[in-house]
Amino acid sequence: MAERSEEVKLLGMWASPFSRRVEIALTLKGVPYEFSEQDITNKSPLLLQSNPVHKMIPVLLHNGKPISESLVILEYIDDTWKNNPILPQDPYDRAIARFWARFVDEQVYVTAMKVVGKVGVERDAAVEATRDLLKLMEKELVGKDFLGGESLGFVDIVATLVAFWLMRTEEVVGVKVVPVEMFPEIHRWVKNLLDVDVIKKCIPPEDEHLDYIRARMESLKLKSV
Amino acid sequence: MADEVILLDYWPSMFGMRTRVALEEKNIKFDYREQDLFNKSPILLEMNPVHKKIPVLIHNGKPVCESLIQVEYIDETWPGGNSFLPSDPYQRAQAKFWGDFIDKKVYGPTRLIWGAKGEEQEAGTKEFIEMLKMLESELGDKTYFGGETFGYVDIAMIGFYCWFDVLEKCGNFSIEAECPKLIAWAKRCMKRESVAKSLPDSDKITKFVPELKKKIGIE
Repeated sequence: MAERSEEVKLLGMWASPFSRRVEIALTLKGVPYEFSEQDITNKSPLLLQSNPVHKMIPVLLHNGKPISESLVILEYIDDTWKNNPILPQDPYDRAIARFWARFVDEQVYVTAMKVVGKVGVERDAAVEATRDLLKLMEKELVGKDFLGGESLGFVDIVATLVAFWLMRTEEVVGVKVVPVEMFPEIHRWVKNLLDVDVIKKCIPPEDEHLDYIRARMESLKLKSV
Repeated sequence: MADEVILLDYWPSMFGMRTRVALEEKNIKFDYREQDLFNKSPILLEMNPVHKKIPVLIHNGKPVCESLIQVEYIDETWPGGNSFLPSDPYQRAQAKFWGDFIDKKVYGPTRLIWGAKGEEQEAGTKEFIEMLKMLESELGDKTYFGGETFGYVDIAMIGFYCWFDVLEKCGNFSIEAECPKLIAWAKRCMKRESVAKSLPDSDKITKFVPELKKKIGIE
């Protein structure tokens, strides 16, 4: 197959799990790309023009054509660069992978955000609710090295949100949302993830990330008062 | 070997309608099983333990949940006939983007229109019209969202059409006045057998909403 001259640009944000998951996918497939850090408090004309509907990152620009919404972008990357497939081949397995990806983004993420953003009783409730959701993920990991099975797949890439965002907030929030006694499989899975070069390369550096989470937590608390 | 296809559904659900339309488009024989959402059946709870929601598509005993995931699954599993998604990756991504938009931005406001009152309802109406206008702009002068062929985005949106009458009555507005091209598109879709078979009459939905409000305990 002839090599095409590609221009791949990612409008993203260094601390965003949605932006980082796109970087994981591109890196896994060996796709060279230009990363453009966006200031979401002062959105660039390029961002507004590329994603006029949601005005959010990440946006992937492939030869100038924009694709928005991280799950849509991941599938686009998988459809376009066929090496190291992210989604399984079988239609049923693909449906299951898509289901769990949505579960992480629509259920786990939304609930976990309240752990960071609330205090007191409301936070306790959010912790409980998050744990209930994660118990389902825990079950999925029994007997598997990754959510995708033997190797890293679509759901693992999406669920890095849990491994490297939710679990990192524990240190800042001072609550063990995902204690190892309750979630041994998840902890094992995180270790497996950290053994994967692409993951190590693409997740935000821990110290800076913790500082960032701390700062965001303060600003969210101020907003909810 | 014959396929066994079961659909656990609820007749007024615009999400269930997506799956019905997709199955009909591909001429797949299926066993439609009406669910009582106020008294959930063992099969529903077993097949969708995570969300306990309809629609659930059960293919040879294996459940697929979430309506747009079901539409894609149907397209991938029964590839003959008309494809719901384009083969070009960029066009596929655009279609999925708009399907996601409908789920995230169009559905929410409809609940406020029929379920809320006063300022909340007004805000819902305003938001809904804004979102419909975005969709209409995406449709442009095309026959369907996918161009000449009826596809994924059309399937994602068409179920809302039978709810338009009740939404207009509750919100006191006219969708046709705001989005004439979208109404023209919907009428084109209604001419398809798959759609006509899968959507209930508008007046059934209109009669149903006050009953629904009573059931869920809102005035």
